[in-house]
Amino acid sequence: MKRYDAIIIGAGHNGLTNAAYLAKAGLDVLVVEKNEYIGGAAVSRELHSGFTYSSCSYVCSMMRQAIHRDLNLTKHGLVLVPYLGSVAFGDDGSTLVSYPTEGAGYNQLRRYSPHDADSMFRFQADLTRYSQLIRKTLLRTPPDPTSFRPRDIREMLFLARQFWALGEKELYEYIRFFTMSAAEYLEDYFEDDLVKATMASPGIIGTALGVYSPGSAYILLHHVMGDVDGNIGAWGLARGGMGAISNAIAGALQEHGGEIRTNAGVRQILVKDGKAFGVALENGDELHARIVVSNLDAKRTFTQIMDKDDLPPGIYKKAKNFKIRGSSGKINIALSGLPKFTGVPDNRYVNRGGQTFVGSLETMERAYDCWKHGRWSDDPFIESVIPSAWDPTVAPPGQHWMSNFVQYCPSELADGPWTPEKRDQFGQTVIDKIERYSPGFKDLILHMEIRTPFEIEAEVGLTEGNIFQGELTIDQLLFNRPFPGYAQYRMPIKNMYMCGSSTHPGGGVSSACGANAAREILLDLRRPNTVPEDDFYDE
Amino acid sequence: MMKTEDRWAGERLKETHFHPREAALNLRDAWSSWNGYKFADYYYDTEYEYFCVRNSCGTYDICPMQKYEITGGDAEAMLNRMVTRNIVGMSENRVTYVCWCTDEGRMIDDGTIFKLGPEKFMLTCGSPCLAWLEKSVFGFGDVKFVDMSDKIAALSFQGPTTCAVLKKLGLKGIENLKPYNIKHFSFQGGKLMVSRTGFTGDLGYELWIAPKYALGLWDALYAAGEDFGIQPYGEAATNMARLEAGFIMPDMEFNEALKTVHFRYDQTPFGLNLGWLVDFKKPHFNGRRALLQERSKGPEYTLTKLDIEGNKPAEEATLYCDKRCTRQIGYVTSAMWSPVVKANIALAMIKTEYLQGDIWAEIYFGKELRQTRKVAKCTVQKKPFWAPARARATPPQAY
Repeated sequence: MKRYDAIIIGAGHNGLTNAAYLAKAGLDVLVVEKNEYIGGAAVSRELHSGFTYSSCSYVCSMMRQAIHRDLNLTKHGLVLVPYLGSVAFGDDGSTLVSYPTEGAGYNQLRRYSPHDADSMFRFQADLTRYSQLIRKTLLRTPPDPTSFRPRDIREMLFLARQFWALGEKELYEYIRFFTMSAAEYLEDYFEDDLVKATMASPGIIGTALGVYSPGSAYILLHHVMGDVDGNIGAWGLARGGMGAISNAIAGALQEHGGEIRTNAGVRQILVKDGKAFGVALENGDELHARIVVSNLDAKRTFTQIMDKDDLPPGIYKKAKNFKIRGSSGKINIALSGLPKFTGVPDNRYVNRGGQTFVGSLETMERAYDCWKHGRWSDDPFIESVIPSAWDPTVAPPGQHWMSNFVQYCPSELADGPWTPEKRDQFGQTVIDKIERYSPGFKDLILHMEIRTPFEIEAEVGLTEGNIFQGELTIDQLLFNRPFPGYAQYRMPIKNMYMCGSSTHPGGGVSSACGANAAREILLDLRRPNTVPEDDFYDE
Repeated sequence: MMKTEDRWAGERLKETHFHPREAALNLRDAWSSWNGYKFADYYYDTEYEYFCVRNSCGTYDICPMQKYEITGGDAEAMLNRMVTRNIVGMSENRVTYVCWCTDEGRMIDDGTIFKLGPEKFMLTCGSPCLAWLEKSVFGFGDVKFVDMSDKIAALSFQGPTTCAVLKKLGLKGIENLKPYNIKHFSFQGGKLMVSRTGFTGDLGYELWIAPKYALGLWDALYAAGEDFGIQPYGEAATNMARLEAGFIMPDMEFNEALKTVHFRYDQTPFGLNLGWLVDFKKPHFNGRRALLQERSKGPEYTLTKLDIEGNKPAEEATLYCDKRCTRQIGYVTSAMWSPVVKANIALAMIKTEYLQGDIWAEIYFGKELRQTRKVAKCTVQKKPFWAPARARATPPQAY
């Protein structure tokens, strides 16, 4: 029976990245994927003729430029296009546009509050400083703070040096920042509620926290620390949809001789004498390998595809209690034309970026209240993007598709399980809200794909449909991710590793988790490292 | 109202035939100049415009480019004597890229020759070439040339969706137009000439029409392009796209020979990697003897494509053969971070004898006003940084 060097479970972008780097190092690797298509949550799917949805993740800023460059992903078809001109909508229909020039942004903020227009400069500087620091940890393995191995000490010193370079005052601020709520953090800068609500909204995306929940300030940072071509905070679209990212990485993997097998769901990771030696597929096949890498989330890995008895004491419980709460839904809509929004000038720049329906801090908090009580928000926060306004390849000319990310939507409803009827009601709630800001919107709808946490878990395999493979709170970040003591991609079973977003640096289409895991695996196998460093250390 | 005289009229730049439409879209009032014309540096955002060229489509105003109509029984012979490439036997409705040199083999300019009839050509180039043309026709009897620069409105239309837009505009069979070929269409009562040419390395066309039809063409093109991401782009985006394609730019990669002050601070085609444009098999042409010598001796500097580590553009960087920067071997002519390739790219002139060894760039960059220096390793790249298949395919595949 053939024995691979490595089997990677799950052909999401991190699994593919991990496999590509192992293959590049000369290993014989196989990626197994339960679906008939690859990509996991970075996927493009044509569900309505002529329209290519990015079914799950829809924009990109975390993708490691160094990996894009190193794996030659452009050659494999990946082009990332930045998009501009998002508009935030307040409850009363007021709008806040994010213009690409400082001057225009300043003039607009002054209409709301001269104080806030001024304060924005300080806010951007502070956020950039935090971002630059945390960015430096992304393509590095977190050190184990309890270890005295030279490598851990070296990495701890690296981190300490970075923090120390902030200066004493900022160091205090940084520590506060990790535990604050987004709303409280913004109080220090802004007075206008729409400005605050707009700035706070990235703090709740993908997380089961509200704008007033401690920890949401870090989520805010997680969403703005990315960049497109060095422009921190900018977001990009993958030409051809997010699947173009996964497909390009798969192309690099195959170029280096790696294999991908689809329709190959894993039933169990095979373990003998405390060592992983392969996987058993759902169809009964067994595949053997020197090492097994799981790209599934920590909860799914340890509670679904491993035998409890194979695990050391405590791990099963840790995995069971791993915080991975579903909080968001996604509605993909094919439209017969470009929607127009009340109060937004109909010009080629502003009307074509994204829309965030933030309402106000209170509206967002009330939306969270619904989630706490096991209901989807009746007045949800929605972040929309119309990729087809930028990418000519994803919809027929003149027609569009709109990605709507919705907070909040629980994975379990108080009134019993999700049903197709409830799913459609959830969708109705969302399009009703959009219609309020865009009269006539509903008449444009040609097709809708409504995804609650239930669908996301069923299709992609993310537990509870949590987009980050686990909450990004301080207890589950850096050397605590997924569990304290297991943050270096090696799992409690020998020859077994994790490479998904449940590991450092967490959620987002970054390829960093997969690449970091590959670096550790190659170290264990005494192979030369093939994983590049990030390229912005002199920023 | 009393008409006041514009006291600065003499200093104001001329406006191109498309100016009224472009001015409305130039939200940043970012103008520079080209050959006396007011000319957009960018309209909205350089990177946005650059991505229109790579992702959808954009128009670039080439009215200020110099255009000369050259006619007569000796037109071909005269041009063939002037440029280094052999243009005899060129088919009608074809375009070819050429350069021309001084007697010393130093490059005066590069440009394109359009063969529009058996005895009718159009020469285009970046800088005025009138005086040189007048010299070049000396001794040729049946040749006439007219400066058409102001009499032709021209728009470069570049990007993956251009073919689809032109089809929507009603240009039948445009998808069958091959690179460097020309096709003529009737348009709103006038004649529209379309060549599949451009300066971006991507799929693209250039549209040529009489000035009175210019705004009509613009409006029709923008109406057709509305759903295909059409956007005007300026000099800044052009410069990004052409660098990725590996194309040279006057005042960046080469000094025009007739404007060069210092001895041999101008270039030969061989030094600019344009040896393929020089045809020694054809009859005598300007600079032939000097170029023969240059070929056998090899150029002192050779234009080289570099992939540079890190992400700091090596603008105006000096190149060395060692990391300690003790021996200077060349200089960077153009550099940028390539958003589409995700690489730190540059064109550089490097002393030919050092091309095989290590190349290091000494890069200076500002970090919140403080100048910082870094030395980065360079890798020579043979092929253009960006050369998508659609740029050559006929018909170009769906964007």
